[in-house]
Amino acid sequence: MSPKHRTAWERVQIARNPARPKTLDYVARLLQPWVELHGDRAHGDDAALVAGIGSFRGRSVVVLGHQRGGDTKENLARNFGMPRPEAYRKAGRIMEMAGKFALPLVCFIDTPGADPGIHSEERGQAFAIAANLCTLANLPVPVVATVIGEGGSGGALAIGAGDRILMLENSVYSVASPEASAAILWRDSAKAPEAAAAMKITAADLVSFGIADGVIPEPADGAHVEPAAAIDAVGERISAALDELDAQYRTPAGLYDVPRLLEARVEKYRGIGAWREEMPPVAEPVVVEASGD
Amino acid sequence: MKDWFRRHHHPSFQSAGATSREIPEDLWEKCPKCSELLYQRELENNEWVCSRCAYHFRLRAEQRIAQLTDEGSFEEHSAYLLSTDPLNFRSATESYADKLRQSREKTGLSESMLIGTATLAGCPLVLAVTDFRFMGGSMGSVYGEKLVRAVDIALDRRLPVLTVNASGGARQQEGMFSLMQMAKTTTAFARLGRERLPHISLLTDPCTAGVTASYATSADIVIAEPGALIGFAGPRVIEQTTRQKLPPGFQTAEFCLEHGMVDMVTPRRELRPTLGNLLRIFSATGGLSVVS
Repeated sequence: MSPKHRTAWERVQIARNPARPKTLDYVARLLQPWVELHGDRAHGDDAALVAGIGSFRGRSVVVLGHQRGGDTKENLARNFGMPRPEAYRKAGRIMEMAGKFALPLVCFIDTPGADPGIHSEERGQAFAIAANLCTLANLPVPVVATVIGEGGSGGALAIGAGDRILMLENSVYSVASPEASAAILWRDSAKAPEAAAAMKITAADLVSFGIADGVIPEPADGAHVEPAAAIDAVGERISAALDELDAQYRTPAGLYDVPRLLEARVEKYRGIGAWREEMPPVAEPVVVEASGD
Repeated sequence: MKDWFRRHHHPSFQSAGATSREIPEDLWEKCPKCSELLYQRELENNEWVCSRCAYHFRLRAEQRIAQLTDEGSFEEHSAYLLSTDPLNFRSATESYADKLRQSREKTGLSESMLIGTATLAGCPLVLAVTDFRFMGGSMGSVYGEKLVRAVDIALDRRLPVLTVNASGGARQQEGMFSLMQMAKTTTAFARLGRERLPHISLLTDPCTAGVTASYATSADIVIAEPGALIGFAGPRVIEQTTRQKLPPGFQTAEFCLEHGMVDMVTPRRELRPTLGNLLRIFSATGGLSVVS
C-alpha cells in the first residue's frame, strides 16, 4: 500500500510501532544541551511524561512530552505513556516556568490517553488535566505541539492545546482510542478498524477540519524505518513555526506581546467546531434591543 | 455574534413543555437509591430530593433553571444553534443524524446545552446548563459554541457565569471536533478570568470525562451536589482496565471533597442561598454589574 493511500487503521499501527521515535529520541537529537526536570513538587514524578529545558537551534525552549517505553520493561516503568495526575501537575509547573522566563513551549504528543486507574481518580485526574488546559490558555509564550505518535483524547490535549498543532503523516489524534470508540458505538472493540475510519483521526483529516495546522511528511515506510530523517523533518517544522510566532508576537525587548498572543489563541480555538444557526420560527416573537441593555 | 441582543422567549422550553409537562399516569416515583415510593408533588416541593434518603434526582435543564433563578428572569440565548454532522458519522447500528433527530424528539430540546441570562437572588448572571437526557449531556460543537457565547455575554455585560454540568464527556459522533471543545471552552473561560469575572461551576450527577477535565473544574468555585458521580474515567472503564473492585463511595461528590478536589458539597435546598452569597461577595470586588 502506498503511503498516500494507507487506511486510518494502518496509520494507527504505524503510530503505535514500538520502534517509532519517541519524545526522548527527539530531545536527544534536537536539543543540545538538554536538562530533564522531575516531579510535581507535591506528590511524585511520573515517567509517562518528560519535562525539561534545553537549547533548540540557538533558542532556549521548554519541552514537555509523553514518553512510551521501547520494550515491556520500560513500558511498565513509564505506564505505557499514560500520565497520572502528578505528570500533568509536573507539566503545569514547567509550563509556568516557560511563562516566567518567556521561553517558547514545545510539546510532543504520544499517548494512548490519561491513566484511568483508581489512584489517578483519587488524585484528581480530571482536575489536573483541566488545570493544564487553563494554564495553557493563559500562557504568555508561544506553544507548538506536535503529534508524533498517538494523540489519545484529553490525556493528549492536556499538553497539546497550543498555538500551532502539527502532526506527523502517520500520527493519529482521536477523541477516544479506536478500540474504545468501537466498544461504545459498535458495541464490539474488534471493530476498531471500522471505528478508526469513521472517526476521521488521521493528520490529513484534522488539517481538513482546521484542527491541525500542518502535516509533516514521513519517510516512505514510516518514521521508525528512518528515525533520524523523521526527527530532522519535525525539527525543521517546529523551528519554522517558532520563527513564525516570534515574527508575529515577539517584542523588540525579547518578550512577547501577551494580550495579542492570548487573543489569537482564543480566536484559534473559537473557530473550531461545526454548527449552523437557524433563525427563530416566524411565529416566535423577537425583540431586537439596543446594545448595553 | 450579535445574537445575544435578541431575546427569545424560552423556545427550548416551549417545545420541551409539550412532552415533559404531561402528567404521567403514575403519580408516584420510586427513589433509585432507597426504593421508597414518593409522591411526585411532594418530590417537586422538595426540589426532587428523596425525603427518606436524600437522594438527589437528576433534573432536566428546565427544572434546574426554575429552581435556581428568580421567577420569569431567565432568557435563553442562541437557542437555534444546531449540530451539523461534520464526520458524516455512521456506526454499525445508527447514524449521527438519526441519533440527533431522535434525541430532539425525545427531549424536545435542540441540544444538550442551554445558555441564557437570569437573576439569582436578585443578582444578574449568565447561566449555562447541561441536560443529561440529550445524548448523555455530551459536548459537541454546539455545546462548546454556546459556552463561548455565554462567556461573550458575560464579558459584554460584566456578569459572572454559573455553569451547571451533567455530562458523559466529549460527543463521540463529532470526533476531534468534540475533543477540541475542551480547549475551546477552557480558553474562553480563561479569558473571562483575565477580565476578573468569576466562573462558578456546579457539578451534578453524572459528570465525567471531557467536561470534568476542562472548563467545569477549572472554575473559580467548584460546587458538587451530594452523591453526584464525578470523575475522569467512568467506573466501568476503571474496573475493566484495572481489574480491581472500586471502593465504596468512589468518585462521589463526597469523595472529591475528601480528596480536596471541590470547594463544597451543597445539598440542593442550600444551593440558592449559597450561590446568592457567592454572587454578592464577588460583586463587592467592583468589576461586576450588580443590576441586570
